[in-house]
Amino acid sequence: MNETTYAELLEIAARYPEKRSGLLPMLHLVQSVSGQVTPEGIEACAEILELSAAEVSGVATFYTMYKRRPVGDYHVGVCTNTLCAVMGGDLIFERLKEHLDVGNDETTEDGKVTLEHIECNAACDYAPVMMVNWEFMDNQTPASAIQVVDDLRAGKDVRSTRGPQLCTWREAERVLAGFPDGLADEGPSSGPASQVGLKLAGQNGWSAPASTVSGSTGTVTEDKVEAVEQADTSRAESETKAEES
Amino acid sequence: MSDTLTPVLTADWGTAESWKLSVYEASGGYGAMKKALAMAPDDIITAVKDSGLRGRGGAGFPTGMKWSFIPQDNPKPKYLVVNADESEPGTCKDIPLMMATPHTLVEGVIISSFAIRANTAFIYIRGEVLHVVRRVQAAVTEAYAAGHLGKDIHGSGYDLDVVVHAGAGAYICGEETALLEGLEGRRGQPRLRPPFPAVAGLYASPTVINNVESIASVPSIIGNGAEWFASMGTEKSKGFGIFSLSGHVANPGQYEAPLGITLRKLIELAGGIRAGHEMKFWTPGGSSTPLLTPEHLDIPLDFEGVGAAGSMLGTRALQIFDETTCVVRAVLRWTEFYKHESCGKCTPCREGTWWLTQTLTRLEKGDFDVAEGPEVLDLLVDQCENILGRSFCALGDGATSPITSSIQYFREEYLAHLEHGGCPFDPLASTAFETEGATA
Ligand SMILES: Cc1cc2nc3c(=O)[nH]c(=O)nc-3n(C[C@H](O)[C@H](O)[C@H](O)COP(=O)(O)O)c2cc1C
Ligand code: SF4
Ligand code: FES
Repeated sequence: MNETTYAELLEIAARYPEKRSGLLPMLHLVQSVSGQVTPEGIEACAEILELSAAEVSGVATFYTMYKRRPVGDYHVGVCTNTLCAVMGGDLIFERLKEHLDVGNDETTEDGKVTLEHIECNAACDYAPVMMVNWEFMDNQTPASAIQVVDDLRAGKDVRSTRGPQLCTWREAERVLAGFPDGLADEGPSSGPASQVGLKLAGQNGWSAPASTVSGSTGTVTEDKVEAVEQADTSRAESETKAEES
Repeated sequence: MSDTLTPVLTADWGTAESWKLSVYEASGGYGAMKKALAMAPDDIITAVKDSGLRGRGGAGFPTGMKWSFIPQDNPKPKYLVVNADESEPGTCKDIPLMMATPHTLVEGVIISSFAIRANTAFIYIRGEVLHVVRRVQAAVTEAYAAGHLGKDIHGSGYDLDVVVHAGAGAYICGEETALLEGLEGRRGQPRLRPPFPAVAGLYASPTVINNVESIASVPSIIGNGAEWFASMGTEKSKGFGIFSLSGHVANPGQYEAPLGITLRKLIELAGGIRAGHEMKFWTPGGSSTPLLTPEHLDIPLDFEGVGAAGSMLGTRALQIFDETTCVVRAVLRWTEFYKHESCGKCTPCREGTWWLTQTLTRLEKGDFDVAEGPEVLDLLVDQCENILGRSFCALGDGATSPITSSIQYFREEYLAHLEHGGCPFDPLASTAFETEGATA
C-alpha cells in the first residue's frame, strides 16, 4: 500500500457526498494493486472511512467479486446459470476444469488463470457465455473456451467478442475503481444478437410512429412558453381521454 | 395490438461508434435535454405521467407517479439512482443499451434529475461488465466536457453531477433498498419499508430509483411527446419495450416492440424454435416470474396479460427452452442461484432456499424412493409456502416461482425422475453445439 494508492483511495472517497459510499470502488482498487483483498488494504480503507477493520471486512466478504486468495492474471468465469448451463455452459466448465486441472475458484500452477463458475451475466442471447476479466466472450463451445485459455497462458493476444484486447485482472479492477484505461472506444457498438430486431425492422420498413410534437427530438424548443404549452396540451388531452374512458 | 417492431432505444445499436457523443448528437441526441431544461420540472413529471411509462426494471410502477412522490418541501438534497445492476437470470437488455448508446441513458439522467430537482445522480452498474463500465464512464466524461453536466448547464442555472459506481457482485443489490445499502458502502441487505426511498432513500434523503431502460425512455418521451409514447402499447401498458429472446430459438437477441406483442409473434420473428425441435417452457420476465408453456403463446406480453396468465411481465426476459431441456434441472439450477444470492437477512429465504436445493438435488440424483413419489412434490410445495409471503424482500418470493409453476405444469416429469432413479435427459442434446457432437 504505497502513497499513490493511498491518495487514490482518498480520491475515490471524495467522489461521494458521504465518503463511506466509496468503499466498493476502494476495494476494487485494493484488488488492482494487491491482486486480492489484503489485510493492509482493509486497514487503509477502514482508516480513511473511519470504520473498524471488521466493518470493512464484513462488507468485503458479502460481495462475490472480492477475493481473499490471489487471483491469476486472467479470471475466467463460465456462466452456469440455467440458460447458459443448458446451452452448454456446464460442459464448458467441466472441460475447462479438466483441461486446466483446477477446481472451482482455483488458480492454475503458473498463476495465469483462475477458473470460476459465475451467475447470469446479462448476455443470455449470446449463450453459452464466458467472461474473462469481466469482458464478454460470447457464444462459446468447449473447444473455443479451451483455445482462449491456452492462448492466454501462452501469452498470445486475445480479444473480447464485444470489447478490446483482454487486459489483466488487476488492470480491469482499476477501471472498476473508477480510473478509466482509455479503451472505451475499442470494440463494436454491439454484437450481432443485440441487432437482430433492428435489422429485421430495417428489412421490413418497420419503425416507431412519427413524433406527435412539432419538431421532434432533434429540434430544440428554445421558447419556455411554447414548451410548457406542448406539455399542457398533452396533459389536457390525456386527461380528457381518461374522463371519457 | 401491434405485430411489428419499433426500434427506438435500439435504433442506433448498429451505427458505427454509436457510443460517442458526436454520433449521438448527429442524430438529434441531447435535443430533448435542451427542451426539458426550458420546461418547468413539474411539467416534465406530468409528461412522463401522461406517457403511461411504467418501470422497466420488473415491477412496472408508473414512473411519473414515482417522481411525484418526492417531497419537494423536504430541505434535504434529492437523488436519482439508476439501477444498472441487471442480474435477474435471463435479463440482458440494459447491458447492450449502455454499451451501444450510453448517452441515451445520460440524457435521460439529466432530464429525470432536473424533473425531481436532484443535483447529484448515481449510475450503479453491476461490476461484472467491464466494457459497459468503460463506455458509461466515457459518456459521462464527454457530457461534462460538452457542458451537459456540471454547473449551470447551458445557462439554465441547473447543476448536476453524475457518479458512475461499479458494484461488486451481488444479485440482491438489484433490489432497490439493497442497492442503496451497497451505494452507502455496506453489505447489500434490503431495508424495511416504509419509509420508502422517495421519502428516505440514499443518505436518508428523498431518492428516486429507476431502471436503465425506464430512464433511457425519458428523452424520447420529452422529445416526441407523451401522446406519441402512449400511442404504442396497450391500454394500461403503454409504449415500447425491449424483449430479450434467449435459448432455443433460431435467432436469439433483442427485439424492441410495443408492449402487448405475443411470444408467438416474437418467436416467428426470431426464426422459430431451433430446427427440428419444439418449445417446452419459457419465462416471461426472468427466472423469478412463474414459467409458462406453449399454451400461453398468444397472451399479450403486457403487465395485465401476463398477470392474468398467472405470471409476471417482469423484465421481458424471454428464456425459451425446447423439449430437450429437463425442467427439474432448469429449476434446480435457478434454486441454487437463489440460495447463493440470498442475503441471509431473513430466515424463510436463507433456510428455505437451502432446503429447496437439498430436495431438488436429491430428486435429480434419484435419491428418493419411488414410493415417496407425490410426497416429495408436496414437500417442495410446502417448503415454497413457508417462503412465499413470509420473506423480507421479493427475492424469497421469486425463488419459489420456478418451483411451484413447474410442478403445476410438469408434475409428470418430476415423477419420472423418481421412477427413473434420477434425470432421464441427455444434457448434451440441449446444448447450442449439440450437432457438433460431444467432442466439440
Ligand atoms: C431480488 C431483486 C432483484 C432486482 N434486480 C433488479 C435489477 O437488476 N435491475 C432493476 O432495474 N431492477 C431490479 N429489481 C427491481 C428494483 O427493486 C426496482 O423495482 C426497480 O429498479 C425500479 O425501477 P423501475 O421503476 O424503473 O422499474 C430487483 C428487485 C428484486 C426484488
Ligand atoms: S428474502 Fe432473501 S434476499 Fe430478501 S431479505 Fe430475506 S434473506 Fe435477504
Ligand atoms: S444465463 Fe448465462 S448470461 Fe444469462
